[in-house]
Amino acid sequence: MSTELTGAEITIRCLQEEGVSHIFGYPGGAVLFLYDELFKQDKIKHILVRHEQAALHAADGYARSSNKVGVALVTSGPGVTNAVTGIATAFMDSIPMVIISGQVPTAAIGQDAFQEVDTVGITRPCVKHNFLVKDVAELATTIKKAFYIASTGRPGPVLVDIPKDVTQQKAEFNYPASISLRSYTPVVTGDVQQIKRAIQMILEAKRPMVYFGGGVILDNAAAELTEFVRMLNFPCTGTLMGLGGYPSTDQQFVGMLGMHGTYEANMAMQYCDVLIAVGARFDDRVIGNPKHFCNEERKIIHIDIDPSSISKRVKVDVPIVGGVSAVLKELNMLLKAGRETTDINALLKWWEQIELWRARDCLKYDRTANIIKPQMVVEKLYEITSGDAFITSDVGQHQMWAAQFYKFDKPRRWINSGGLGTMGFGLPAAMGVQMANPGSKVACITGEASIQMCIQELSTCKQYHLPIKIINLNNRYMGMVRQWQEFFHGNRYAESYVDALPDFVKLAESYGHVGMRIDKPEDIEGTLKEAFKLDEQLVFIDFITDQTENVFPMVPGGKGLSEMILV
Amino acid sequence: MENEAGALSRVAGLFSARGYNIESLSVAPTEDPTLSRMTLVTNGPEEIVEQITKQLNKLIEVVKLIDLSDEGYVERELMLIKVRAVDKDREEMKRLVDIFRGNIIDVTNKIYTIELTGTRAKLDGFLQAIDRNLILEIARTGVSGLGRGERILEL
Repeated sequence: MSTELTGAEITIRCLQEEGVSHIFGYPGGAVLFLYDELFKQDKIKHILVRHEQAALHAADGYARSSNKVGVALVTSGPGVTNAVTGIATAFMDSIPMVIISGQVPTAAIGQDAFQEVDTVGITRPCVKHNFLVKDVAELATTIKKAFYIASTGRPGPVLVDIPKDVTQQKAEFNYPASISLRSYTPVVTGDVQQIKRAIQMILEAKRPMVYFGGGVILDNAAAELTEFVRMLNFPCTGTLMGLGGYPSTDQQFVGMLGMHGTYEANMAMQYCDVLIAVGARFDDRVIGNPKHFCNEERKIIHIDIDPSSISKRVKVDVPIVGGVSAVLKELNMLLKAGRETTDINALLKWWEQIELWRARDCLKYDRTANIIKPQMVVEKLYEITSGDAFITSDVGQHQMWAAQFYKFDKPRRWINSGGLGTMGFGLPAAMGVQMANPGSKVACITGEASIQMCIQELSTCKQYHLPIKIINLNNRYMGMVRQWQEFFHGNRYAESYVDALPDFVKLAESYGHVGMRIDKPEDIEGTLKEAFKLDEQLVFIDFITDQTENVFPMVPGGKGLSEMILV
Repeated sequence: MENEAGALSRVAGLFSARGYNIESLSVAPTEDPTLSRMTLVTNGPEEIVEQITKQLNKLIEVVKLIDLSDEGYVERELMLIKVRAVDKDREEMKRLVDIFRGNIIDVTNKIYTIELTGTRAKLDGFLQAIDRNLILEIARTGVSGLGRGERILEL
């Protein structure tokens, strides 16, 4: 006869069955029974953050860098509302996560009880799915469903809301080995006819272009993409979310595209005749004005797991719904087996054109300045870490410079909030990355505005001895806001200057970390080397940078990809 | 759709979040109590309707979705309408109800409550045919529909 377990025991057992090694959370009244069970076991390590938003970002960074489902645990009411920013961040970037939230007892639901919110209602628009578990007998199956839904198809966060009394009640524990849902059957392989049409189009292309996004990272398709691009000798560009999906140091990679993409990537994107979009979604920051984008005639092949991403902003000619990894494998196989080849002469001419665009050297900046140029910090960081570090970032200018100047050759090394654009993401995400990759170099490229949005996590870093390197590009401005105000609002810097900054060195020291501050370009390299030598300590390096530096190229909002502002 | 609490709000939330229109929506359990059938009427250019279809299909609780207007279909809506009916209006109203094949289901010396079933166009037609000033109250169920002939929505 099997014994009955409490809801709290069942929850923790489910997480163990799923192989969860770390959960990020913060206790509170509604989750006390769950924490009690966590206390009694040692298979799952709980990381205590200082604010629930950070729990979500840390679980998110963990998931992005490890290809596992990130797990967060928060209490009811404010625990959940604090977590919403982190849930929405993961949702926008399709990150597989399971969030367990406590809820007031079932009898109190709807009574405006202490720390009660309609969690399922509040999170509904920013989760892939959510559940309220009212019967302990359904708890294990629901958690199984949550992990299944979060990690399959187009991934995303799934929330399981568990009322306190359900964590006390008992039921038999049976964790299903597998699960199927009649209303959720994600496709994996692409339609063979469409794939054949795509191949014909690829072979006939005169000016082909491959454009890849976060789907390549999420579906672990970097190897397949690299094989595809190299076999065809096509140029390729990546979105902010796709970086690392193809080696950035390779000659066939023409840089990131989009609002702050390279001149050559944006021009090739605009003037190609066959565009192969792989796990990307043509969003506003990537193609700018869709009308302008469609002014040029080109054929588009779009590979994506999510049918609703296809023909949403730009009409495509060959839609292929499927996992990008499976579809690329099929394409590679058919291309290798086929006898036809690409139009090599046309391709050579196209490459000549691209090289002319590349020669424009759109990322150049003043390397002789006697104040610190933020780009140089990222370049030096790249050199010193041999391009092999995990880099997280916050949101703004520093994020764009990180994306432009750190050449990611591997997937899952570049961790940033691309969709929601969440300031405060970088430091807690770095905690999750470091937890998932102990012993690896982890740096958080941030700015003095972003870092202050989750600065309290320096305390968490101390508790768990996380030797993250914080690269604070301190220009005393919300740099990207300042840049837009300079370009589009007549230099009126409304509320974008950050006054009364803390002494970051002392702040870091007060949390028991190492703080450094430099303001001379010649000190960048030495300081970074010194920081990375301290491989057991968090080092906060405050770089006092050029206040007026702007991110170039720039496609202004509403403009077309070829209408870039250049240096 | 799965007959579960919250499924309806996911659909309604999707429409408001993405700025789509709901003209009418009707939902009730089917012969299989674990399933509900929802008939939703919306409008928009072809690309938008395509997006709506795809977005709805992404909802975990949506089991199967068809666009009835892709092929032949029948639709019916029920309207209950309360009108002022005194003096000469009483006869005129009765005559119109007969023409539209409705029923008067409640009567007082001042009021008729009328039941009318049909396509949206027919119900709208009735409303246009009667004197607007006589209308006291209207309750419409929203449209339900089925494909014509052998066309069946089944799992």
